[in-house]
Formats: sequence, C-alpha cells, structure tokens
Amino acid sequence: MYNQTEIIKDTTDLGPDGELVINMGPQHPATHGVLHLVVTLNGETIKKIEPHLGYIHRSIEKMCERLSYRQFIYVTSRMDYLSSHINNTACALLIEKGMQIEVPERAKVVRTILNELTRIASHELWIGAMAMDLGAFTPFFYAFREREMITDIMEDTCGARLTMNYIVPGGLMYDIHPNFQTKVKAFVKQFKEKVTEYEDLVTGNIIFQSRTKGVGVLTAEDAISYGCSGPVARASGVSCDMRKIAPYDAYDRVEFDEVIETAGDSFARYIVRVKEMNQSIRIIEQLIDNIPEGEFVGKTKNVLKLNKGEFYQRVETARGEFGVFIVSEGGTTPYRIKFRSPGFSNLSVLDHIAKGSKIGDLMATMGTLDLVIPDIDR
Amino acid sequence: MELNENIAGNPPFPGIIHETPGGGIVVSTFDSVINWARSNSLWPLSFATSCCGIEMMSTASAKYDFSRFGFEVARASPRQADVIIIAGTIVNKMAPVLKRLYDQMADPKYVIAMGACAISGGPFFYNTYSVVKGADHVIPVDVYIPGCPPRPEALLHSLISLQEKIKMGMTRDQIRSEFKTS
Amino acid sequence: MTNEAIKEYITQHAPDATYDETGEWLNIVVESNQLKPLAAVLHGQPMQMDFLFCLTCVDYTTHLTMVYHFTATKDRSMNIVIKTNLDRANPIIETLCDIWRTAEFHEREVFEMFGVTFLHHPDLRNLILEEETAIAVDKTKGYWPLRKDFEDPINMIKL
Repeated sequence: MYNQTEIIKDTTDLGPDGELVINMGPQHPATHGVLHLVVTLNGETIKKIEPHLGYIHRSIEKMCERLSYRQFIYVTSRMDYLSSHINNTACALLIEKGMQIEVPERAKVVRTILNELTRIASHELWIGAMAMDLGAFTPFFYAFREREMITDIMEDTCGARLTMNYIVPGGLMYDIHPNFQTKVKAFVKQFKEKVTEYEDLVTGNIIFQSRTKGVGVLTAEDAISYGCSGPVARASGVSCDMRKIAPYDAYDRVEFDEVIETAGDSFARYIVRVKEMNQSIRIIEQLIDNIPEGEFVGKTKNVLKLNKGEFYQRVETARGEFGVFIVSEGGTTPYRIKFRSPGFSNLSVLDHIAKGSKIGDLMATMGTLDLVIPDIDR
Repeated sequence: MELNENIAGNPPFPGIIHETPGGGIVVSTFDSVINWARSNSLWPLSFATSCCGIEMMSTASAKYDFSRFGFEVARASPRQADVIIIAGTIVNKMAPVLKRLYDQMADPKYVIAMGACAISGGPFFYNTYSVVKGADHVIPVDVYIPGCPPRPEALLHSLISLQEKIKMGMTRDQIRSEFKTS
Repeated sequence: MTNEAIKEYITQHAPDATYDETGEWLNIVVESNQLKPLAAVLHGQPMQMDFLFCLTCVDYTTHLTMVYHFTATKDRSMNIVIKTNLDRANPIIETLCDIWRTAEFHEREVFEMFGVTFLHHPDLRNLILEEETAIAVDKTKGYWPLRKDFEDPINMIKL
C-alpha cells in the first residue's frame, strides 16, 4: 500500500515546505462582507495571511469631490452601515466646526441617544454574527429580536431602517416622533431583562470559552503600533475612547465608564463589547427623561461653503475611531476628503495575531475584530 | 383543469382530487407537481456584498421569517443553491467572481437583484470609476427590487412573486418579459 | 506639552520647519528628506508620539502633499500634523513602516491612488485596485484615480 507521506509529496499543489495556499472568500458564509484572505497553511497551522481588498471599492473619496457639503454626508451612511448615525454625526460635526454653526441642545441630546442606540444595534448584530461563525445559530435570532426593536424606533423617527439620513449640519432633519421616548424606555426595560440571556447562552458556554480564550492575543504595544482603536485596542489595555478624549454632542454631561480589559485575546474583546452595551444603556437612561424642548436644527444657509483650510473630526463608532479629513478650497464641494476608517487599521493586525494558530482559531479572531468590509474599501 | 388559470394569485393545488371511499386519488401532470415542489423550496445562495445584506439577514431572522416560504436553507456553496440574491454593489473586481458563481450554479437557477446598487449602480452611478452600473451587465437578472435598502417586506414580496411564476411553469425568458410588461 | 514647547523641540532637530497654527492643531511643514529623522525623534522620548492615525496625500495641481497626523497615547491632547511637499513628476519618500506598523497599509493605498513610491517598504503593491486596471487606459501614464488629472472615459460617467 502507499505510504502516507509519499502521497503528500507527490502532489504538485504544495509549496517547497509542504505549504498549501487556500482562498477564503470573497464569497463565504461568514457575514462580514467580501473579504478575500489568502491563507498559507502548513497542515492546519497558519503561516501567513494576506488580505486582498477591493471587492467593494466604490470610489467614494473620488465621488465626494463632486458632491456638495449637504450631499456627501449620506454616502458615509453606506460605508459602515452598522454605525450609520455615528458616521453622519462625524461629518455634521466637522461642518458645524468649520462654519461655526450653533447646534441647539435638543438636537445634541437626541443625536447622542441615537448614536448609543446605533452602537447597541451594531454590537447586537456582531454577537449574532460571531456566534454564527463559531457554529451557534441560536444567538443570531435572539440578537435580532433586540435589533428589530431598535430599527422600529429608527423607522418611526428617522424614516428608514438601515441607512437613516437624519442628521444634518446644524442638528436633525425633522423633529422626533411623539412615541420616541416611550418606545426607547420600553426598549431599555426589555434589554435589561434579556441581556442575561446572552450571558447564559454565549458567555458561560464552555465551548465558546475554550474557542476564544487565549486565541489571537494582541499586546498593547502592537495595538498602538498598528493603529488599532475601539474594542480591539481596549481589550489589550489601551485607553482610546474618543467620547472621553474629545467629547462631542452631549457626551460631556453623562457619566459612563470606559471598558478596558487587559488580556488581549478574543474573549476579552467579546467581554468589552458586551460591557459597552451596558454602558450605552446607562447613557441612554441618563438622557431619555430630560430631552430639552426647543428647536431641533440651528440656522444654516441652504448652500454650505466651508472656508479655505483643513478640518479633521474624530468620533467613536462601534468599531473604533472614525475620522473625516476635509481639505477645502473655499468652494461648495470639498477639494479632498479622506475617511480614516477603523477597520483599515484593525485588519492590518490580523496577520500578526493569527500567525501560528490553527485555522479554526482564525474564525474566532476574525469574528472578534468586527470588520465591516465596505468601511475598509470605501 | 384549474392548473394555469389563476394568473394573478397562487394556483390552489397542482391537481384534481377525486374523493373515493377509503381515501382519494389525485390526478395531475408531472410538470405541475414538479413546479409546485420546486417553487416551494428555493434555496438562496448567501451573497451579500454590502448594506442590503443586512436587510437580507433581517428577512432571515425571526421577525420577517422567510423560512416560512421555503427559503430557510441558505447554502454557501453555489452547487447547492437555486436562487442567487445579489444584495449590494457589484464593482469591477467582484464581477468575475459573480459570473463564476453564477456559472457554477446548476439549472434551473434564478437571479434576484436587490437594491438600487444591483439594479443600476444606485447612488454610485456618477463619478465612480470602479462600480458596475447594474448587475445585469454581468448575469441575466429575473427580479429587480428597488430600494436603498429595500424593506424586508419588499424582499418577501419579490420572492413570493418569483415563486408564483415558477409554479405556473414559466421559463426564465417568460418570467423576465412578464415582469417587464406588468 | 504646549505648542511652544513642541515648536522649540522640533526646531532643534529640523531647523527649516515652518509652522502654521491657524487650524485646530499645530501643522508643521518639512522637507521630504527630513521627514524620517524627524519622525524617529517624535517617536522616542520625550514626546512619545506612538499613534499615527491618519496618513494621506493631497493633490494640489502643481505638487503633491503628504499629510501625517500623530498623537501620543500618554497625552491625548497633543496632536500634530506634519506635511511635506513632493514633486508631482517623480514623488518619492521614505517609508515610516519600521516605526509605525500601521503605515504599511496606508502607504500601499497612497501608492496606488496617487503614484507615490515609498523607499524600503516591505511589500509595495496595489491594495485595493486590481493589478490590471491600467489595461484600458493609456499605459504610459499610470492609473492613479485620486489625482486631479485622472481620466477614465470607459468606467466613469461624469455629472
């Protein structure tokens, strides 16, 4: 009979060291989007990962050079579509800073509440998708139950479920729905009762813990050097919450903790996001009862023109630090826009932390990095 | 026979039932029974490139469940799928991948273009150098769903309309011209 | 550190740098061959600017300008912006990959979008665009989409 090692040596697909190169994606059952990873394996151990991007590159930066300042905000909704309100807030804040527009208090508080609801919705979907990557289908349906409550609130107030074009430079596009406060309070009450279900289903599950503890360890120096931000960096001990460093809207008046873990592995990244959801609920509870009366939008001209110069605005999305950089030559359209997306830097660390682990661990690592590929490709 | 009579709605049952003591006899043609079975178990290929993919996931989850209509088993491999729902923008780099996936699917197969980006390029039509202005430049599409993103109910409506056309035994060319005129 | 202290420290190491404080943060313009030594100085003590959060390029039609945004994780209020001008016909600059690993992906993106060559980059090739995008367009010119004189009559429908 054939000797097993002889058969392996006969195949011509392997490299000189017995390495096998496989493609993961661009179409694959994980719900991250179109990411193409070229993985070099030796048996089941990963030697090198090379991400190939560009499968959803929609040339947004070039397109925005021909859009006016009121129009380009809504393209950012479609970049990181799970934090669409937060992306829109970044662009609106930049224009308000550049043109010295006054934002009324009511708009600031409502924007903060919507940002935190978006953060919770994004983390909910992430829990569902990550558990599905690891093979558990049930948390997906439980997570979507809460997410549907949030999209219901968004639909009443903003008019759309996913790409809500509601935040304009100066405040909000129209006033909030009369049921907004009651629905948000009902959601907060249900979330607090049901969040223990996630603890029971996922966090305490022995299989989930052994698949994520000690997997994909990222040290703090590497996190800073690779430019990571958001829950990925906070799980390694780096304090980087933009809501605390450069507060905007109503974040300077609410009390919340920045969740930091030190282990740096996938389980720590998971715990950071679950605790962040609880902190978001805390912020919403402090604001929902006292929405100030008044105008919902400040006075702006119809056609906006930024002065000549360069402007940068940073916000904290569900994935990390999102930055908008505009170079303006004084016209009605921006001269150059650059979107600093959090996923771009978070993806660059994948090769470093997944080297040497098994291919089954790659799913846990990639899942906890929480990548949304249109945000990376722009 | 009442098989192909109800154009606008669902054909009630593919066959005539004759009641006999001790049971019944169903008389039908093979084609109508096969079409009825085929339309009630269309398995979609999970192909979500961008934002519309999230609405497709919402349609799959508990509130707007599409497994009631037979679409529950979303296969990852194109060899096992019947319908491909193109949810998201198609760019120049992704177009050969889409064509290859479509070629790998076995006949009979159907294509649904979901969202403005898959119909015609959507918000990325002007001033972009890398977007394919409509998925039908790459593969032939049967159903178009407008919206950015379309609501889950719109996706369900299109899936149910596709099911009805299949039940009535239409070929792909007939489905495409039927949707064009009405 | 205050802006004055930063300016004083940098003038010791790069005497020809010019400063611009009209914007939100301190902008420093240096020559392209002085960027790498200055960046190494910034990374070390006492400033410890270890977080490079934005690396991009702007095409003013006569020249290209590289823009780098730095901050320090120990003192997040200290943010500086370093700019350097490059020659449009032959833009070459040293890479910053060995100091900040995040520059690897950012510099690959600037390479394919603007045509800037980074010396000693470990892996300089297209990141987002395909390798063969230049086939339809004039091969002698180079396919750099974010430059202002970019023309792609086949793919781009202008409004």
